[in-house]
Amino acid sequence: MRWTSDLRSVGVRPAFPRTSRPPVLTIGGLILICAILLSGAPAEKHLAVYSVAANYSVQLVQREGRPYVGLLELLEPLGKVSAKTENKSWRLRYNNVEGDFQVGKTHARVQGRDADLIGKFFVENNRGLVPLGSLASLLPRFLGGPVTLHEESGRLFIGSVATHFTASLSADNPPRLVFHFTAPVNPTIATELGALRMTFSREPLVAPASPTLTFGNKAIPSAIYSESNGAAVVTVNASIPVMATFSSDGRTVTISSNSPSAAAQTATQNAVPAAPGTPASPGQPAPAPSSSNAPPPAAPVSRRYFAVVDASHGGDDHGETLSNTLLEKDVTVALARSLRQELESRGIPTLVLRDSDANLSVDQRAIFANADHAAIYIAVHAASNGHGVRVYTALLPFGGDDRATFRSWTTAQHAALPLSKSIAAAVAAEFQRRQIPVRTLTAPLRPLNNVTGAAIAVEVAPQGSDSSQLTAPDYQQLVTSAVATAIAATRDQLGAAQ
Amino acid sequence: MIPRHLVIAMSVLLLAALGLSVYAWHMRKTVAATPVASTDTRLLAPPFAGPTERVTLYVAHDDDGSLRAESALIPLPSGRQQRAEELLRALLSLYLDKSSPHALGSGADIRSVFLVDPGVAVIDLNSAFADTHRSGVLVEDLTVTSLIHTISANTPGILKVKILVDGKERDTLAGHADLSDFYDVTAVNQLATQLQPGQ
Repeated sequence: MRWTSDLRSVGVRPAFPRTSRPPVLTIGGLILICAILLSGAPAEKHLAVYSVAANYSVQLVQREGRPYVGLLELLEPLGKVSAKTENKSWRLRYNNVEGDFQVGKTHARVQGRDADLIGKFFVENNRGLVPLGSLASLLPRFLGGPVTLHEESGRLFIGSVATHFTASLSADNPPRLVFHFTAPVNPTIATELGALRMTFSREPLVAPASPTLTFGNKAIPSAIYSESNGAAVVTVNASIPVMATFSSDGRTVTISSNSPSAAAQTATQNAVPAAPGTPASPGQPAPAPSSSNAPPPAAPVSRRYFAVVDASHGGDDHGETLSNTLLEKDVTVALARSLRQELESRGIPTLVLRDSDANLSVDQRAIFANADHAAIYIAVHAASNGHGVRVYTALLPFGGDDRATFRSWTTAQHAALPLSKSIAAAVAAEFQRRQIPVRTLTAPLRPLNNVTGAAIAVEVAPQGSDSSQLTAPDYQQLVTSAVATAIAATRDQLGAAQ
Repeated sequence: MIPRHLVIAMSVLLLAALGLSVYAWHMRKTVAATPVASTDTRLLAPPFAGPTERVTLYVAHDDDGSLRAESALIPLPSGRQQRAEELLRALLSLYLDKSSPHALGSGADIRSVFLVDPGVAVIDLNSAFADTHRSGVLVEDLTVTSLIHTISANTPGILKVKILVDGKERDTLAGHADLSDFYDVTAVNQLATQLQPGQ
């Protein structure tokens, strides 16, 4: 009010005269309409891809009323891929396999042989788009192995990677429903009235013989398997409050009653309830409250990573040129993704620091690792010279430069170096156990010296003289599973330091 | 009517411009025809020709990723700084040899070595040394350790070593080995022990 009178006293006209009210209302109305329209916008569709090398997802786009997928994005995590556009021809090279696609045509040639598409081929920004339904016949030509496509749910399985499960109901009172999985799982647990839902976004879970499992029990009558938008969902129907408990390194999930008597029983297992909607860690149960006496849902808890895996180099920094067509930065990403899969399959929450071809300075990498307070930082490198694997810890001067509570940036690793050396020795021992040549060394390699927690670098070289072995999924898995096994074995040691 | 002197001046200027253009075109052709000398890849023989001394060089071997002590008889001057330079040049000549166990790129050279009291050595490499160096954690580790261990083992009193490239700081040698900070000689000597054959 005072401002208004002041303005009037000096003869300044208000910015919006009376006649401006309708436009204000119009703008407000438009914003409201936009908000309503946007809230109703369909969610982006994705294709989840499961392979030995990596699990990832790529975006689907709608063209001519059917879902399409970009071949470059799809094949990039699996090997060396490049594409070239010439007039209406789009040539794709994946490792040593060449494919020739024609814009607007429904057939292509792969390795000189015809391949039919179920819809027209498109090129947009040098991205070759093929109908999703064509992948089942097209990809085996490029990959040289079988693929299984779940077109409706947007899930693609490359090779024999599927995780199967069984469910059995115990005769206890209250009953317990036990799921056994063929590989460790870490689903997101969500609860609603009369149901507990486990969503498997990263695991290649496949349906049992029948998607509906009935148990003939009033408390837990059935469980239903379904798939949609790149995820598998197992919904357990229950008439009592239930909770999920993980055991056997994430291979077993037990759904049991969450009633007070049962809670007392589970308390002896040091069970800690997880917040609804958040990924449950192995060994931690997720409660499913009933509608009547349900406590208010807890706020979502941000995920804390135990391990940070850093795919070294990236962007302008190619690292070593391993061959004419192979750059270190590409191999490190594939290795990092494989290591994440191996670690997470052992129930270790893992963050891949560089999951794309991005520029990241060594300082940024150290800052991310330190800010996340991860128990272990693992930098991944690849090399063409030498054989096997080298495991490095930081080369630091004797005696730190720390001042009181402040740590010197260049020697921030100082306090954690004994632990880092211990972990490096454990990793090397695992490689030796698997008869992979290995050495442990110190190296003036940033950002190892800038990381405050345990930090190691793993440099992977081929076992022979052929650098292309670095892209072989089986060799990558051999290396990353050894690292993951060693990290899992030293988990208590790392957790105590964290 | 344009004054006559202006017409003459303009004509002279136009002729001069035309003449200079022809001359520039001719010079350009001459320069293009002259072969440009590529980077001088000739090995530099040790310039000092005084009395020889037996020294130990720590030579990197790529075949097994090791650092081996090798005895050599080389002429060394009496000055401490010049001795350090000759030592590294002797090491470099091994790496630039055709049968090198740890090949460096052609044109790689040590520009100079400075010894700064108390106990600091600065090794100044030329840009060809770093630009043509192979990339990799181990291969760069071997080069850095070889240089530092050789100079510190034969020159008493060196505690820290700084490596420059063309007189300037550089982040890494070839993408891995950190050159942004001083190297602690004791730590590098321990690394040299790890890199010995059979370790």
